[in-house]
Amino acid sequence: MKRRHFIELSALGFGGLMMPSIPVFGDIISPERALEQVDPALKKRLADVALNTAKSSGASYADVRIGRYLQQYVFTREKQVQNIVNAESYGVGVRVLANGTWGFAATSDVSDKGIAKAANEAVAIAKANAKLQKEPVQLAPVKSWGEVSWKTPIEKNAFEVPINEKADLLLAANAKAMENGANFVNSALFQVNEQKYFASTDGSYIDQDIHRIWPNFTVTAVDKASGKFRTREALSAPMGMGWEYMVPKAGEKIKGPEGTGLMGYRYAYDMLEDAALAARQAKEKLTAKSVAAGKYDLILDPNHLGLTIHESVGHPLELDRVLGYEANYAGTSFATLDKWKSKNFKYGSDKVHIFADKTQKGSLGLVGWDDEGVKTKQWDLIKDGTLVNYQAIRDQAHIINEPESHGCAYADNWSSVQFQRMPNVSLAPGKQKMNVDQLISGVDKGIYIAGRGSYSIDQQRYNFQFGGTVFYEISKGKIVGMLEDVAYQSNTQEFWNSCAGSCDESDYRLFGSFFDGKGQPSQVSAVSHGSSHTRFNGVNVINTARKI
Amino acid sequence: MAIYTREQAEALLKKALAYSKADECEVSLSGNIGGNIRYARNEVSTSGTEENVAMSVESRFGKRSGVATINEFDDASLEKVMRRAEEIARIAPESPEYVPMLGPQKYITTKAHFDSTAKIDPAYRADAAAKSIKAAADKGLTAAGFLEHSTGFMARLNSKGLFAYHPSTVVDFSVTMRTEDGTGSGYVTQDFSDVSKLDTASASQIAASKAVNSRNAKALEPGKYTVILEPAASIDLLRNMFGNMDQRNAEEGRSFLSKPGGKTKLGEKLVDERITVYSDPAHPEIPSAPFAGDGRPREKTTWIEKGVIQNLYNSRFWAEKTGAKSVPNPGGMVMEGGNQTLEEMIKSTKRGILVTRLWYIRSVDPQTLLYTGLTRDGTFYIENGKIQYPVKNFRFNESPIIMLNNLEALGRPQRINGSLVPPMKIRDFTFTSLSDAV
Repeated sequence: MKRRHFIELSALGFGGLMMPSIPVFGDIISPERALEQVDPALKKRLADVALNTAKSSGASYADVRIGRYLQQYVFTREKQVQNIVNAESYGVGVRVLANGTWGFAATSDVSDKGIAKAANEAVAIAKANAKLQKEPVQLAPVKSWGEVSWKTPIEKNAFEVPINEKADLLLAANAKAMENGANFVNSALFQVNEQKYFASTDGSYIDQDIHRIWPNFTVTAVDKASGKFRTREALSAPMGMGWEYMVPKAGEKIKGPEGTGLMGYRYAYDMLEDAALAARQAKEKLTAKSVAAGKYDLILDPNHLGLTIHESVGHPLELDRVLGYEANYAGTSFATLDKWKSKNFKYGSDKVHIFADKTQKGSLGLVGWDDEGVKTKQWDLIKDGTLVNYQAIRDQAHIINEPESHGCAYADNWSSVQFQRMPNVSLAPGKQKMNVDQLISGVDKGIYIAGRGSYSIDQQRYNFQFGGTVFYEISKGKIVGMLEDVAYQSNTQEFWNSCAGSCDESDYRLFGSFFDGKGQPSQVSAVSHGSSHTRFNGVNVINTARKI
Repeated sequence: MAIYTREQAEALLKKALAYSKADECEVSLSGNIGGNIRYARNEVSTSGTEENVAMSVESRFGKRSGVATINEFDDASLEKVMRRAEEIARIAPESPEYVPMLGPQKYITTKAHFDSTAKIDPAYRADAAAKSIKAAADKGLTAAGFLEHSTGFMARLNSKGLFAYHPSTVVDFSVTMRTEDGTGSGYVTQDFSDVSKLDTASASQIAASKAVNSRNAKALEPGKYTVILEPAASIDLLRNMFGNMDQRNAEEGRSFLSKPGGKTKLGEKLVDERITVYSDPAHPEIPSAPFAGDGRPREKTTWIEKGVIQNLYNSRFWAEKTGAKSVPNPGGMVMEGGNQTLEEMIKSTKRGILVTRLWYIRSVDPQTLLYTGLTRDGTFYIENGKIQYPVKNFRFNESPIIMLNNLEALGRPQRINGSLVPPMKIRDFTFTSLSDAV
């Protein structure tokens, strides 16, 4: 019963984001309606209808998610607003265990009758599929939380800000880019509010109000005479925050390396400042030196390294991929159970400490409880370079001898079934005091890379190739000028074993992926990756320039 | 009810339109019934159905436009959605890219709806999955697959008298099979409008034999190789090329079709002269809607003829502004091929690599349309007209423009993801590194 629309970003000039389309769920509503909330007492009563119906139909376990999913997207180019999307999706998903097998059904009919029908359908599907099941589902125990609630700690709900104000901010950023020499600029603001009520036969009734925001733009510079064009993406990050992320704060800015003019943004973004720099850098890229292919030491900025962490550590350590459940689509993983069991698989150098969590301030993964009613927490994935754990949910915990779920079950809508999704996966900062200029000062021949670019990795997560937004040549400890046509290719284990250290925690910030896809039918999720500037030695860099 | 007949849809749209007080108004209705089954580790993991129907209203006052949607169609709801669209239109800024709504149009007839596909039920899905799992289990392989089907319609009516209606069905099937030792993997994907053409048992045999034959692959040095790309391997690269053939982007100087001085490559030879690409909504193998999203008629259109760019698609706004011909974007594409079978193409290859699937394809440079990605699920070395042994997967960095200039031969086109694409033999395809992935 899901209505999933797709906005074709390429048609809006967002080709550079490399997402063919983004999903929009549900019906178009007025902006004011987004501020309404459903009464928790009503949700509790409706949840009990689902749980009681499922139990009386023969379910040994049931959970229900009553979800209201709100999305507001604003798209502009140069001086005009192209599109404003205000969508609401409201409905109920019921998941049950019957005869040791999962069953799921969902409905947009949020009445006693509609919910009872969905609960019965879920039990019927479970019983039908049980005939094909080889081993019954084993659920790790979870605490009964009673009636609890949680809200993203925001200062200002972005949905309360008038749309005109948002459009004006994007148009002001566009104007800054044009003043600074851009030929074209496309900008967008994505906001999401998930109002989720979870209840289960384990005795939890969890009401959560979750907020996320992402400002973004692509600036294009064209040299008409040569026919060359170059783009520069925003260096913002999608965040689990409210409107406060959109208000610049001097204390949240971290100065980039000498000679680049770059600025890092922690818990507040300065869109106008970034747009102005983006236009100047896009123009500079038109005449930048083309890289000479070879081995370089890389200094990767957190807004770039986040995607490398996401692809080469986050995905391979998803337990469902390791077990083969994603073999037909996303793929499997090189990080097999035997490597983990050996307790000595060197994923990276001793400098590599990578942790997972759904508790980090301002992150996209931040929630109180996951979509199975498990309290969220932090745990290690790679410690001192060694693989120590995976990401698991309730029906997987026993496979890796965990007494409880890691709390990373997520469904992107009430109508989607929850499954294992990536929590925040972050690289711990270096323990010794170090800023980015000090880190660069030790590099003889290297490249500094900032921002997300082209990214591609194989289906078992061995071989990858990453580009970036801007590249600078490092020679004898100093940035000496801009480079173009840069991409690095490596093998996951080799790459992380070449890690030579990171800046300290004062340099730490989050990168994020707002529309991470997985599963069939595909579901999106949002996840953050924190890190400080980090050095990798002797990485293979290719030149991507071609002539057609 | 999710599926409306032409008459039912027109009656409901007329009723809704009668509530309009705007200068211009367009009402569209679309519905869909879909189902899917997913399996992994030779077991069904999820299965479900979905059904939805929705109406969308666009109201305009002068150059101001507002959109609202609804999924309840009683009189009060129809009036409510109309008023909401009008309220949004009144407060919207004037669009500098306004063009008036189209009047009545003539559309060609396409047959894209097949009762066979509309009748798929849970028993069919379970049976289709069971046959595929059996094909795997019989050979000691592990299958992970997905079957998804949909029956739907689109209808639109506006205050200028335009009416359009299109029903369609589609079924998509794919399965990946892996050997128990993890050294072999094979894949197959098929899609049809008419499900009677789908046989998951025989399709699964293709994945099974690729899995078995790809075990214990040898490593070859990366570099430039002659490759034979099966349609499942080339489709994404080709689609990325077709998806970038927009006239405005080309004229704005930010496309692979841009030229110095603000000119475009329209009318110029871009690829090998054996390449001809057209779209035709009435093509019996890949039927699609005879109208575009804005109501413009889609007709048979040649995009590339004998290597020369014949048409770029554009919006009505851009066509009017530049005085160019208005060309809507196409549905599926047809790339003309030859009569050779894949086996014959292999036979005529002295030294080369058979690529059955490409994966994780991402843009590296939009200026040259350079993409990177990897081979996956069965890559084989050919020497003296025969497949000699499986080879380890490669990463490639290549542009479809360079690829279509390095053409050696074309085989017989096959349907893949809603397009018709021939297997292609390409020389000097650029592999830049090796991958250990299976």
